[in-house]
Amino acid sequence: MFDFNFLMLTPEIAVAVLTLVLLAIGLLIPQGARKGMMPLTVFFLLGVLAFSVYDFFFGPQGVTLGGMYIHDQFAGFFKILFLSAAILVALSSGAYVQSFPTSRGDFYALLMGATLGMMLMSGAGDLLTLYVGLELMTITFYILVAYWLTEEKSAEAGVKYLILGAASSAVLLYGISLFYGMTGSLMLTDIRQAMFATPISPVTILASVFLLAGFGFKISLVPFHMWAADIYEGAPTPVTAFLAVASKAAAFAALIRVYVLTVGVQTFSPPSIGGHWTGQNLLLVLAALTMIVGNLIAIPQTNIKRMLAFSSVAQAGYLMVGIIPASPDGVKGVLFYAMIYVFGNMGAFAVATHIGQAQGSDEIKDFAGLARRSPVAAAVMTASLLSLAGIPPLAGFVGKFYLFSAVMSEGFTAIAYIGFVMSMVSVYYYLSVVKVMYLTEGEGLPLVPVKGASKFTMVFTMLITLALGLYPTPLAQMAIAAANSLVK
Amino acid sequence: MSFSVGLSTYLLVGAMLFSLGLYGIFAKKNVIAVLMSIELMLNAVNLNFVAFNRFLGNESVLHGFVTAVFIIVLAAAEVAVGLALVISIYRTRKSTSVDDFNWLKW
Repeated sequence: MFDFNFLMLTPEIAVAVLTLVLLAIGLLIPQGARKGMMPLTVFFLLGVLAFSVYDFFFGPQGVTLGGMYIHDQFAGFFKILFLSAAILVALSSGAYVQSFPTSRGDFYALLMGATLGMMLMSGAGDLLTLYVGLELMTITFYILVAYWLTEEKSAEAGVKYLILGAASSAVLLYGISLFYGMTGSLMLTDIRQAMFATPISPVTILASVFLLAGFGFKISLVPFHMWAADIYEGAPTPVTAFLAVASKAAAFAALIRVYVLTVGVQTFSPPSIGGHWTGQNLLLVLAALTMIVGNLIAIPQTNIKRMLAFSSVAQAGYLMVGIIPASPDGVKGVLFYAMIYVFGNMGAFAVATHIGQAQGSDEIKDFAGLARRSPVAAAVMTASLLSLAGIPPLAGFVGKFYLFSAVMSEGFTAIAYIGFVMSMVSVYYYLSVVKVMYLTEGEGLPLVPVKGASKFTMVFTMLITLALGLYPTPLAQMAIAAANSLVK
Repeated sequence: MSFSVGLSTYLLVGAMLFSLGLYGIFAKKNVIAVLMSIELMLNAVNLNFVAFNRFLGNESVLHGFVTAVFIIVLAAAEVAVGLALVISIYRTRKSTSVDDFNWLKW
């Protein structure tokens, strides 16, 4: 009855311990003597990451806690993703966090709390665990977004995120309660069986749509994307990076598992296995809208964080495309793209963090002449943006190729064409940033050389983006193994 | 006219509470009132869970009740953070009206 396999929970337990240790250090050690917190976080996370990679290939797979927690390669892949993102955020935020006027002791503890919530989401085997993980992640993010207390915009962004986030959790929960009422269980496997056995009803559709709305908010799917730009602009830049990369990936992890295991069975599946096409059509329309609206609104943006916010809305659209066929290839495309999206976006945000801190501005025009003032930062920004746009030989191209070829082989050609066209549109606004950096003089702006951990982060993300573009096989094999562990 | 209180009554009340909360989020001008509206939505969900557990399930399986307790705890955490943020904004702007939160383009 009570199977409690601690071995499977090792990474989660390690991160939970780190969270509490960092919190204690932040309280006990006086201001000014806390320089070691960033290296401590990074090196501890590196250890957990190494263990997770080992665990992905050789560790035990299975379920624990009576099915409430699933430890498969799908969850393992996402844990590697969250830990990599957390390490990169911690590395690039060192100088930024030092510049906070007060209470910087708990920044890393909060960062770890959010990471733990994401890891729980990716492994959740029932909807209650999923919800608790989601709230652990979101509530810590409310605090992180508003972390810069003296900056008015930050607090305002925090309140806005809290109101909209809490409302979306309530909608998600209402959907979960309807699922519970229909099937009498919160376990994904039980819900799957019950939904196979019963005919489709209005309640099923309502519950699926509520669930989709709740997740759609977290991944900024188009009708629910309005919050993204404001919150991304107001939050401290490292937090924005983590929000854009990891919290979105976590919501995707949960959405894919729920979609493939339960919702897709009935309301979102083809008639051949007892569903209707309607749900899948809804997803197709939402994914198309997300790609179109995200890319078009990104064009006129003048603030780099707002531009990256809308670009991340568009990226969510590309990822959404891969989920629609619910095939191993599609899920593999999503996993691969989510991983390279981490490195592409983290590079861009690391540069934005550096410039924002050195010049006190996030406007794109203040990137003028960056190629002369800081060649490394300009090169990294260019590589990241081109990868996000999907230009070969960078990793983004391979990712988009996997995604769109997977959906085209399942017969969804129209959505793939929309994806191609919108990728070309995105090249325009990405390249306009590159143009500002390389072709304008930027007179009167200071030299802003990068150094230390921040430089390491930038160069590392650029190298990974390039390496995965030239030789994607290892990551692609990991992604296909993870996808196969979920989609049978 | 006979009227019995069954599952559908609870679900109806739950749906009404949820709709009221959703309306309140968009209609209320004061942030405190908006937070209260969110509480209404979460409590509508609690009512659903408890009613489903009471009327549909095996009474010895308490998933619905336990979920309601979890939601209460998490809602309390959410509101604690929310009120702290509202206080920090009130200190500088002397206002808790949503209309004044216009530093970012909404």
